[in-house]
Amino acid sequence: MPTHVMNEALGETRLDKGAQGLIGKPLDRYEGRLKVTGKAPYAYETRHGEGVAYGVVVTAPVAKGKVVSIDTLKAFSSPGVIHVLTGDNLPTNSAQPSGDKPAIGGGQIHFYGQVLALVVADSFEAARHGASLVTVECETREGRYDLDAERPNAKVPPPGNMPPDTARGDFERAFAEAEVKLDETYRTPSQSHSAMEPHAAVAEWQGGQLTVHTSCQLVGDNTRQLAAALGIKPDKVRILTPYIGGGFGGKLGIGPEAVLAAMVAKEIGRPVKVALTRQQVYQVTSRRTDTIQRVRIGATRDGRITAIGHESWCSNMAGDDYFEPIGLSTVFLYAGENRLITHRLAELDVLMASAMRAPGEAVGMLALENAMDEMAEKLGLDPIEFRKRNEPDRNPEDDKPFSSRHLIECMEEGARRFGWSEREARPRARQEGDWLIGIGMAAASRKNLLAQSSAEVRLEPDGRAIVLTDMTDIGTGSYTILAQTAGEMLGLPMDRITVLLGDSALPESSGSGGSFGAASAGSSVYIACEALIERLARKMDCAAEDLTLKDGTAVAGNRQVPLVELLAGEALSAEGTLQPGNATKDHHQASYGAHFCEVAVNAVTGETRVRRMLSVCEAGRILNAKTARSQCLGGMIFGIGTALTEELVIDDRNGLLVNHDLAEYHVPVNADVPQLDVVLLDKVDRLASPMASKGLGELGISGAGAAVTNAIYNACGVRVRDYPATLDKVLEGLAEGGGRQ
Amino acid sequence: MRPFEYQRATDAGQAADLAVAGGRFIAGGTNLLDLMKLEIEAPRRLVDISRLPLDRIEPTDEGLRIGTLVTNSDLARHAAVRRDYPVLARAILAGASGQIRNKATTGGNLLQRTRCYYFYEPSAACNKREPGSGCAALDGFNRIHAVLGGSENCIAVHPSDMAVALLALDATVETLLPDGSSREIPLAELHRLPGETPHIETTLEPGELIVAVVLPAPIGDRQVYRKVRDRASYAFALVSVAAVASMEEGRIAAARLAFGGLAPKPWRNEKVEAHLVGKEPSPTLFEEAADLLLAEARGHGANDFKITLARRTLCAVLAEACQGDK
Repeated sequence: MPTHVMNEALGETRLDKGAQGLIGKPLDRYEGRLKVTGKAPYAYETRHGEGVAYGVVVTAPVAKGKVVSIDTLKAFSSPGVIHVLTGDNLPTNSAQPSGDKPAIGGGQIHFYGQVLALVVADSFEAARHGASLVTVECETREGRYDLDAERPNAKVPPPGNMPPDTARGDFERAFAEAEVKLDETYRTPSQSHSAMEPHAAVAEWQGGQLTVHTSCQLVGDNTRQLAAALGIKPDKVRILTPYIGGGFGGKLGIGPEAVLAAMVAKEIGRPVKVALTRQQVYQVTSRRTDTIQRVRIGATRDGRITAIGHESWCSNMAGDDYFEPIGLSTVFLYAGENRLITHRLAELDVLMASAMRAPGEAVGMLALENAMDEMAEKLGLDPIEFRKRNEPDRNPEDDKPFSSRHLIECMEEGARRFGWSEREARPRARQEGDWLIGIGMAAASRKNLLAQSSAEVRLEPDGRAIVLTDMTDIGTGSYTILAQTAGEMLGLPMDRITVLLGDSALPESSGSGGSFGAASAGSSVYIACEALIERLARKMDCAAEDLTLKDGTAVAGNRQVPLVELLAGEALSAEGTLQPGNATKDHHQASYGAHFCEVAVNAVTGETRVRRMLSVCEAGRILNAKTARSQCLGGMIFGIGTALTEELVIDDRNGLLVNHDLAEYHVPVNADVPQLDVVLLDKVDRLASPMASKGLGELGISGAGAAVTNAIYNACGVRVRDYPATLDKVLEGLAEGGGRQ
Repeated sequence: MRPFEYQRATDAGQAADLAVAGGRFIAGGTNLLDLMKLEIEAPRRLVDISRLPLDRIEPTDEGLRIGTLVTNSDLARHAAVRRDYPVLARAILAGASGQIRNKATTGGNLLQRTRCYYFYEPSAACNKREPGSGCAALDGFNRIHAVLGGSENCIAVHPSDMAVALLALDATVETLLPDGSSREIPLAELHRLPGETPHIETTLEPGELIVAVVLPAPIGDRQVYRKVRDRASYAFALVSVAAVASMEEGRIAAARLAFGGLAPKPWRNEKVEAHLVGKEPSPTLFEEAADLLLAEARGHGANDFKITLARRTLCAVLAEACQGDK
């Protein structure tokens, strides 16, 4: 099986030559028609018909304690109820993505809303009613729900997405001696992914073989996690997840509903459907941690950073040492000889914290990019100029070279397009009626990741190609860019490419997460196609580099042979695998961008309305200009929500997630989102992957919220360091005369 | 959802009869069905009134009579409403979402229940949901809760925007009782303050059906609805102000003010209005009005900001309503 280890840059490839002209084109989604006509079902919408049973989850009514008894008698006698699953071995919530399986309760309650039972009935309605009849008796204990209170007890976590601590030089001394200093603390709340499709699973056994339709991001890992939770071998489990209604990290680890559906389907010998209610999605999957972040920047009077410190505290449940890599971008974004980046993890008796879109950057860059704005003001420098003065030429952590870095170009391009030169540095300089107008910017960076990924590409005798991989499309455009890649490589138009995804029976891919999907899975298709091209070249009796494939025809020298003819009734198949290699280790790789935002802040009420926003993004080769732009738009909207509205409120008396529905957990709605513009700088980063593309899916959110809050400050002179910047917090500053200089 | 009986009413009298013992009227269902799924509402019987002929908007001698089944969307876009009662159209369009407004009805909007987080969480204490269990909001996360009119038993707010505008328009509710009689209830008297019984939210008798809302002629054509909320759509009011006023020779001739987001019911304080009438508008006068409105206001922590916000919003709304020489 052809495997490519990403040790060094490839030269020019067929993707550069673009004989078929597909790569980079703003093509419509491969599965778009299915989605807009309702023919791409959610997991719960599969397996209709007789014999299906329905499960509804029962959750814990307290956050901490011991289960004394679960009374299921009433539920059992309720019409339609078939079974009530209880026990110490039930999953409490989703698996940690890096974990081998979901945690189990063991008779204890670890957080409010933890899974305690599953009621199964002939109809969903009967199951839901049955679930309401289950009563739980528990011995309640005092719990810990407040990160601020637990901060003194926070510990150094083991290395995760990054080491907990990175340091260079003597930060404390350099900061103490700095000519100009900033020392501010920022807070961000817990957040919930809030994907449109709630977590759901449909499980069915045939003998010892389990098939589960579910909605998940990492098919390979999720298959193993599900098997481990059930105590069976992974090859006995097949997961199908062809269409996914959003993930955002919330579906990286297998969900409790999939384990429960499989467990109970086995017990009752029927297919079982389990969907979490919207409230339960908030309560029993995962959340993004709350954070406390202290940022210190020391600089010379002319704006050279001499010391940069980013100390952070986040939370997770006992026994789970995942920490949000809050300082990920602070490590490399700006120069400075003396650096200190730390992460501390506090235990809370609250739902597991895990990855949510751009874990690390999404919240870490709020603090860093606000601090840069505040420091620029102290120095009397334009925020862009301050950033430019601290542009490093090598990774300031370890002096390794950057694989590619176009941050300054993003900032300059954005400044020019957005009209940055018209910005008044002084807050409250622009007013229209009751509305104070301001603009702000922030840098974006997202560390580039690559993951092992395999795909099979088949050339059928009729000249069609089929791409087969367990890769997922969580709305990102995987189907489309994999079809474009195969089409470009094999010289086939889009309508001659079939892409099959989201099936654990197919070659294992990177899955979708960490913005690594397009480059990793795309590269596996590239590698498989290269192998096919070698074989086609042999049939053409030429070297592969002399073979051009275009519109279903093989061309070498003055010979043109239709592919169908060349195949002569034979199908060709190759599997390609990408493995990360030294290129990642020897270079620092990241995507970069710059966000610009204009807001109006109501001088009476403190309401903020985003008026326009522009993000200039650079992520190496752009594979599809339309889906890439959509990824950036989605990230920017996440940024607006992060800045202005999103907060998963934990009741600090008892650990209840208070606002666990979409009416009260406020994601931005259309009316909150104005004209958004995205400019993609089309570059190539040959060290990143054979695709020469870097991660894009999370770049749009990284730093976006900081551009919004920097604009709020520019508009009204109020600096909110406790996210989100809801109107009450802005109003407090306005009422105190904030910014009236 | 608890099993329930469903009956479709053939006329209003029969509907009232069917609802007397443990029945609930259902029309748009945009709130009731959500609550039933959570078993916060568990009626034994649903009486479907959606097909009754109560969906007309008719002019009266002085004003307008709005059938209880008129949808929020239809009411907001009705020509007479937009011409004579723009505060009502604006309030309705400030609420919910397009899809919900297409289903939600006039009577149902008035009777929608609070959005208090703890009311919606079956495991939390809530005197409104489970009398005697306590109020988790009092010392809990009460950012959206009442600063006026609450009690030690409940500080949940009434979520309607439409009702706030109707209150400023002196609306009356027309009802039909199971015994066949009818009565008129001034909107100000429809909702009750929580006191000791937060679970009893209105003065309606069991089975009493709202059949129409009647509007008198507006007292002025200076009409403003200002809703302050956390996001631009699909969010309940943190504070809202409905103002209807008229001016004569530079003085305020008449004023009606109603408030949402502040209290367990659409809030009106006639002392505030009386203080404004006959006076020349000025920032000082508006501040005095706010002083009167908020004299008894009390925050519970997370909602303290509402007192400041209400003051500032009221002053801005009064300034807008009184400006110019219309």
